Amino acid sequence: MTIIAFKAGRAARQASREDDPSLAKSKVAKFFGRLALVIVILITLFPIYWMFRTAFSNNRAMFAEPLSLLPVDFTWGPLKRVLGLATTEEALAEGGSGASINFAQYMLNSIAACTLITVFQVTFSSMAAYAFALLNWKGRDKVFSIFLIALMVPGIFTLLPNFILVKDLGLLNSILGIALPTMFMTPFAIFFLRQFFLGINRSIIEAAVIDGANQWRIFRTIVVPLAWPQIITLAILQFIQYWNDYLWPFLVGQSEQSKLLTVGLGIFKSQTPQGNPDWAGLMAGALIAAVPIFILMLVFGRKIVGSIQSSGVK
Amino acid sequence: MTITADREATSQEDVPRKPPAKKKARRDSQLKAAILFLIPASIGFVVFFAWPAIRGLYLSFTDYNLLRPSTFIGFDNYVAISTDPVFWNSLKVTLEYVVMNVGVQTAAALGLAVLMQRFTRSMVVRGVIMLPYLIANVIVALVWFWLCDYNLGIINAALDFFGIDKVGFFGNENVAMGTIAMVNVWRHLGYTALLLFAGLQAIPKDVYEAAEVDGAGEWRVFRSVTLPLLRPVLAFVLVVTVVGSFQIFDTIAVTTGGGPVDATRAINYYIYQRAFERLDFGYASALAVILMIILAAIALLQNKLLRANESDLER
Repeated sequence: MTIIAFKAGRAARQASREDDPSLAKSKVAKFFGRLALVIVILITLFPIYWMFRTAFSNNRAMFAEPLSLLPVDFTWGPLKRVLGLATTEEALAEGGSGASINFAQYMLNSIAACTLITVFQVTFSSMAAYAFALLNWKGRDKVFSIFLIALMVPGIFTLLPNFILVKDLGLLNSILGIALPTMFMTPFAIFFLRQFFLGINRSIIEAAVIDGANQWRIFRTIVVPLAWPQIITLAILQFIQYWNDYLWPFLVGQSEQSKLLTVGLGIFKSQTPQGNPDWAGLMAGALIAAVPIFILMLVFGRKIVGSIQSSGVK
Repeated sequence: MTITADREATSQEDVPRKPPAKKKARRDSQLKAAILFLIPASIGFVVFFAWPAIRGLYLSFTDYNLLRPSTFIGFDNYVAISTDPVFWNSLKVTLEYVVMNVGVQTAAALGLAVLMQRFTRSMVVRGVIMLPYLIANVIVALVWFWLCDYNLGIINAALDFFGIDKVGFFGNENVAMGTIAMVNVWRHLGYTALLLFAGLQAIPKDVYEAAEVDGAGEWRVFRSVTLPLLRPVLAFVLVVTVVGSFQIFDTIAVTTGGGPVDATRAINYYIYQRAFERLDFGYASALAVILMIILAAIALLQNKLLRANESDLER
């Protein structure tokens, strides 16, 4: 069944491709166009490949062969030492600094913080989006536009007072302190979901009202299931954003128990000795921080790319 | 649908005065429901967006330094900023960065978007070119810092191999900001191209058919069909990227730290240094207010640009 559907879909796409007049027809143009695309893809992928190549190289041996396209003296050493699995002697033998660094812990911290933010933010933002899209009340659009103003405020402006607030609450060096400011909502999340909620057929909701369902029940059993693909897309986008965030977690989470991956990387780099830096270790740390994103891209690539094309330009 | 109609009909026959009352009751209950639904988001908005914004504005008129209570000092911070050479320099290097970054990025992304539109519909290609945008700024910065390393980086090793002089990409004060701008072009190129590509997809296909019938070549199609029809989207993308790149921070923080000398001390990085290295929260808040005013001015400009281009599209 699926295979047949897949083949049919493919045939249809093939046909539409031939009909699509915005695709170039001339063979020469096609050749040069595709060549240019291949070059762009190579430029895109090379630095990522280089991160892999370096992360599996022996840092000591690498100094002799900076141009080698393959890992120099292939080893798991760099990954082991940034995950805290190598002894100091092992690390020093391969050109590591010997300082203890634990990306496994930072990984757990990152997962905890990003999950906390994403789950609460998406839940609360979808509730707010429901109130802004599907409930009728006076002043609705005014309140919504006030929420949207927050989109215009540059991050650093609210960051300074928020830092003071989190410090006064005694939440410095805690995952909760990192998560708190964005846990309740972001204007983007509300805006993103409201767009989709507005497209929901109101007659379904009105029928449920007549059946005596209350608003919470309608939200839970009708709106959320209908918008589930968009809610998941938003959750993925926000998870990635907070996974990559640097300045706020850097200011708030400096302890081992609250340091996120990006922060750990920055500190690793700043502590690396000037004379012979542990490039292999640094790239191994970068790889550990980037791999979850690669996995998300492999699993949800279509959703992620699609979200940019549908919501980016409106 | 039918159920609703039936109900209205019966209720109108039986009790003519009931429907309006019922309707009002329902609207009231929706206000109540709306308030309940908005409670968590409103807490977040008031506590972490609105209140900090007001507090930030207030702090900009004080000498608050995180350690002792603040005193109100009027416009002193702003007066001091107006004669602060580091501020003016940060504004200058930020502008340099924005021009290099947005200029190259927009031109390249436009080219890439057109390439995709004319030559491929592959989702894999779209996924690959978007990949750098999903990787953290910090990681991207460190990977390029390594690629560009003076002694061992592959780029300088390759230059050396071909007998060309090595370049201190991050260490030379004339080159560093350009390097950072190009690193972020690499990260944002695919994302920007996809935004423009979405705009290209919205152009009616038959105009390309017409162009083909007229025997127009690639360049001609781009100049006379694609570019004019894309201009509103282009204006939108341009402003989003300008506002975004004005706030450059992460890349600088993990590579140059503002140096060499002052060459990469962009405005956002200077605000961070004043606040967290010198604990001048009042002064830093005033700098942040100025940054916000600059960005608001750009946003206003966007509105004008977009409106000017809407009429362009309709023609």
